[in-house]
Amino acid sequence: MDHRPQAWGRPRDDVYGAYDASYMQTNQPNQHTQSPIVTGTSVLGMKFKDGVVIAADNLASYGSLARFTDVKRLRTFAESSVVGFGGDVSDMQYLDRHLTELAIDEAYTSTTTTPNAQPTLNARNLHKYLSKLLYHRRSKFDPLWNSLLVAGLDEAGAPFLAAADLLGTTFTSPSLATGFGSMLAQPIMRGLVPDEASVAQVTREQAINCVRECMKVLFYRDARSLDSYSLAVVTKDGVELSENEKLENQSWAFADRIKGYGTQTV
Amino acid sequence: MAMFSQNPVLNGPNYSFAEVPQHAVDGLREHRFNPYTDNGGSTLAIAGADFAIIAGDTRLTAGYSINTRYAPKVFKIGGSTSSQDDANILLSVVGFAADGEALKERLDAVCKMYRYRHGKPMSVSACAKRLSTILYQKRFFPYYVHAILGGLDEDGTGAVYSYDPVGSYEREQCRAGGAAASLIMPFLDNQVNFKNQYIPGSGVGHELQERERVPLPRNEVEVLVKDAFDSAVERHIEVGDGLQMMIITKDGIEERLLPLKKD
Repeated sequence: MDHRPQAWGRPRDDVYGAYDASYMQTNQPNQHTQSPIVTGTSVLGMKFKDGVVIAADNLASYGSLARFTDVKRLRTFAESSVVGFGGDVSDMQYLDRHLTELAIDEAYTSTTTTPNAQPTLNARNLHKYLSKLLYHRRSKFDPLWNSLLVAGLDEAGAPFLAAADLLGTTFTSPSLATGFGSMLAQPIMRGLVPDEASVAQVTREQAINCVRECMKVLFYRDARSLDSYSLAVVTKDGVELSENEKLENQSWAFADRIKGYGTQTV
Repeated sequence: MAMFSQNPVLNGPNYSFAEVPQHAVDGLREHRFNPYTDNGGSTLAIAGADFAIIAGDTRLTAGYSINTRYAPKVFKIGGSTSSQDDANILLSVVGFAADGEALKERLDAVCKMYRYRHGKPMSVSACAKRLSTILYQKRFFPYYVHAILGGLDEDGTGAVYSYDPVGSYEREQCRAGGAAASLIMPFLDNQVNFKNQYIPGSGVGHELQERERVPLPRNEVEVLVKDAFDSAVERHIEVGDGLQMMIITKDGIEERLLPLKKD
């Protein structure tokens, strides 16, 4: 037993083992967010002739636990764009604060005095900004664990929809989906807008109905999804965001016919 | 000072835990964030006597999913504005798309600064060297891309430079890059560099005379590119959707978009 004053009040080495001083060292690599904890699932987006529809459900999961059922994963930017977040919710909230700050800065520094002036940061600018941020963070090995969709209008007033993910990968398409949606919803949406040329033929109602239908498919088959969701429509008149949509006309008639993984017949 | 030393106390009982961890598990965890991914796709470049063609498919994949059917891989570099109307260099990047985008923007910024400082566009050979330097600067965290640079050299001859991810480069007559490079390159060896083509009846064994190499005319090269991609699409799942072809001549850069199979 060590009776010297230096040892008073300290865990005994003979009971607890020597103190592992390596925990105190600060010259080892930083521990960044290496995996997402509370997560949001798919985000869907689709262009139509005068704008973009975007949707995401209101669930934040903790692994397989449906932890927070009223988390809004769409946010507007400068009353002219919408960002939809999939992936880690704390990183989403960090980006949300960051974008709020950016929007305030932009509102102060921009000199849009005329009443119908365009926002200085349109959806294309916003997407470029976010993708550079994501790429920068992945290059620091400290990624923001999100996949984003940015919806809005570009500098020419044409519908704009683009994706960015935690690696900084970016791409655009007439319809986009993150996460499970890229497998379950994207094929359905591509049926309506297979290419950029077909966007001009799609009406707002068609696009909204298609996205609603896709949210239903996702609720049927994505175990980390919810029947309450947010849906936003961006046009030149601004953003119409509705955060408490409910899935309607669900049909679970197929459910009792499913055996095993669905291919089983007896 | 027993509690500050990492050693067992000299007197009295020792550790009650036989296997007390002596060191923290090192900062490295089993699951590390992987900063790279492969976005598939393929590129191809051929130099002619007075032109160069760079082509790439427009599919962007993530695993078995198609992210988009239209993501260009060939870019005009070094124009005086963002429209790139007066650009004189072509760059194609294939591999990890985010790195490709970053590399393209770096090189474009460099060429624009050169134009601004010197009042003239950068030559292709200078740009080729600079691209090698940019790639090598990230030698220990590389841009995960296969880059190909194209343009016309000082004599007006078509020039193609190809790179590995860390900046080794070489001027070549033709080069295929990306997912289907191994499918396209042998075809190019045979059809552009006339490999394994001999003059009939010129002898046997070492007597055999190789077919003389001549630069191909533009219309033949365009057909060659289309055939190469049609074949690649057939056998590689990450290649398809659209074919983007950029042709640089003394009159400027022409862009052509052709359909490829979408399956």
